[in-house]
Amino acid sequence: MIYAAGIDVGSTQTKGIILDEKRNIVARALTMTGANVTRAGDNCFKEALKVAEIPPEQVAYVVGTGYGRYKVTFGDAQITEISCHARGACNLFPNTRTVIDMGGQDAKGIRVGPDGDVKDFVMNDKCAAGTGRFLGSAAEALLLNLDDIGPLSLKAKNPVRLTTVCTVFVESDIMSYLAQNKKVEDILGGVHSAIAARTISLIRRVGIEPEVTFTGGVSRNIGMVRALEEKLGMKINVSPDSHYVGALGAAIFALERAVKAKGEPAQATA
Amino acid sequence: MAETTKSTYQGQMHLLQKEMMGRYFERVTRAAEQGDGKAVYMLISGNPVELVQAFDLVPVYPEIDALQLAVKKAALPFILKAEEIGYSMDNCAYVKADVGLFLGDRKTPFATIPLPSLILCNYVGCNVYLQWFEHLAEYCDGEIYNLDIPFLREPSGKPSKADIEYVVKQLEEVIVAMERLTGKDLDWAKLKRIVALSGETGELWAKVKSLTKHAPTPFDAYFDSVTMMAPLYCLRGTEDGLKFFQTALKEMEEKVQMGQGPLPEERFRFVIEGPPPWPYLRTFRDLFSKWGAVAVASTYSTVGGLWEFGFKHDPNRPLESIAEHMLEWNVTNRNFLQRYAQIRRYIEEWNADALIIHSVKSCRLFSAGQGDMREYFTKDLNVPTLLIESDIEDPRYFSEAQIKNRIDAFFESLEHKKIVREAHAAAGGAA
Repeated sequence: MIYAAGIDVGSTQTKGIILDEKRNIVARALTMTGANVTRAGDNCFKEALKVAEIPPEQVAYVVGTGYGRYKVTFGDAQITEISCHARGACNLFPNTRTVIDMGGQDAKGIRVGPDGDVKDFVMNDKCAAGTGRFLGSAAEALLLNLDDIGPLSLKAKNPVRLTTVCTVFVESDIMSYLAQNKKVEDILGGVHSAIAARTISLIRRVGIEPEVTFTGGVSRNIGMVRALEEKLGMKINVSPDSHYVGALGAAIFALERAVKAKGEPAQATA
Repeated sequence: MAETTKSTYQGQMHLLQKEMMGRYFERVTRAAEQGDGKAVYMLISGNPVELVQAFDLVPVYPEIDALQLAVKKAALPFILKAEEIGYSMDNCAYVKADVGLFLGDRKTPFATIPLPSLILCNYVGCNVYLQWFEHLAEYCDGEIYNLDIPFLREPSGKPSKADIEYVVKQLEEVIVAMERLTGKDLDWAKLKRIVALSGETGELWAKVKSLTKHAPTPFDAYFDSVTMMAPLYCLRGTEDGLKFFQTALKEMEEKVQMGQGPLPEERFRFVIEGPPPWPYLRTFRDLFSKWGAVAVASTYSTVGGLWEFGFKHDPNRPLESIAEHMLEWNVTNRNFLQRYAQIRRYIEEWNADALIIHSVKSCRLFSAGQGDMREYFTKDLNVPTLLIESDIEDPRYFSEAQIKNRIDAFFESLEHKKIVREAHAAAGGAA
């Protein structure tokens, strides 16, 4: 049996996926990235191996992705998370033509072809407005757990209108609404709506073609899923593995290369 | 993914440039430190350097001083100094670096910059630049002349007869100011010789640029073109300037003959819009080189003048010819549709795979329409286009991880398309 792994070292969390040769996910691992990026990749891989119950020698090929991809020192190749998210999203939802990925610091839109190839992409520039970090700041300002704010936002009846999407200034905006006795769920409704609007205006630059698949850590937030669906006027695909899509795409690239290397020993890897 | 190793090519042209620019900066320093020569400050885009040369005045370009500071990683203290006195974070970083320099002792790692005897603002396409020169004039209580160059606004993209006459009239006033400054009359025969030299130099530059149509291209039309742009601006209208381009043409023709390019393997040919991030020039180049990607044309190499589409200075109509150059034949005085057409022509005639737009954070004026430009090339013309952003001068705006991520993702997708195309071609060939 051939195994291949994808390790996605993101700005906040590191995700790992191990696939068997039939593309079944045999292990998922999620660790915090922290200050030591090399160790983050390493730990995540070890964690995944433990879940899969296989020794590292059995993993024929490892692809690193995410900002820390060049620190996946045990890896065989590095591929950007843009290519990996496109690939992973199309693996989960084969009719995907647009990928919305929201992570800790990045929001990106990717237009993909039928085989998961990247046709065009856009990303937020040098500003964390409209990313996962913005939600983190909002949760902190309200002394709430990050996992709770999405479901709570769905209870909003009169969502507030935020005056900023700045991750730094959002806290003072929230404070001023609290001072006006606005309900927490209405503030959260406004927070999710503001990010959804900003993200969609970014994604429109590549064009929004159905089906739309939502990936990255923020896709676990049901409030954000609903806010995007409402603004887009369409259902979007979200998988329980949406969080791991970058790592999954990396693992698919790794598996393809491992299979190719096995079949064609003369030209091992591209 | 296939990756090509980086190149460290330094040819005869690069060595000659270094020597000639060294001499130019010595002349600038002599003017500053020994009073040997009077300095005229000008802007790069569409300037009348021929008049300056005709009066043996020393052309000084604050933009070049600013970019040299950035290349030498010495700009930030000057930028901070300008911010201390109130220039905003968003203000053009060329302006701030130069103002910071100007208000100190004007000593740099490459030259001492003289105070201006005349501030000749050849205002082309940028109102911030106009204020930049007005500020300098105020700081040193110096003489300023503002040349008002009408923007190309006709659908034909041509200046009107009245536009040309308007600029010629102003050039005549500049001549009077220079006569007063030097105490001598303009030598018209000398001006004509200088204009003829500019014409020949421009023609050679156009020939050099057309060589990048070859595959592999003999040089990088962005990263190596910037080497040629300095002599084009500082030495145009001199025998040295002509000699430089004769040498460059010969060297590049030889490289075409030998099938040599700047990289071991040319995998992608791109056109690039926008000036480079000077503080990280080498890093930026390497991000493309590792993919075997090389620029075959650049709009930045036309900010000081467009010679490749047929313009040539005419010594028999010296002032009209300088006026036409200022009005029509430089990219910054052109409207956006003309900029689109120029890039489109590069992509088609230079056979490029992609367009890269490098947007400048502290220059909203030149960068503002680039989002539409990206849309036009990707959606209307189906040209893969990458828009990235940093700055020409301010090192604080350059995020290597972010830029690298975008460039890598872009070339990964081009690489994928290339592999698919090659596989199809191979399958077709076999069948």
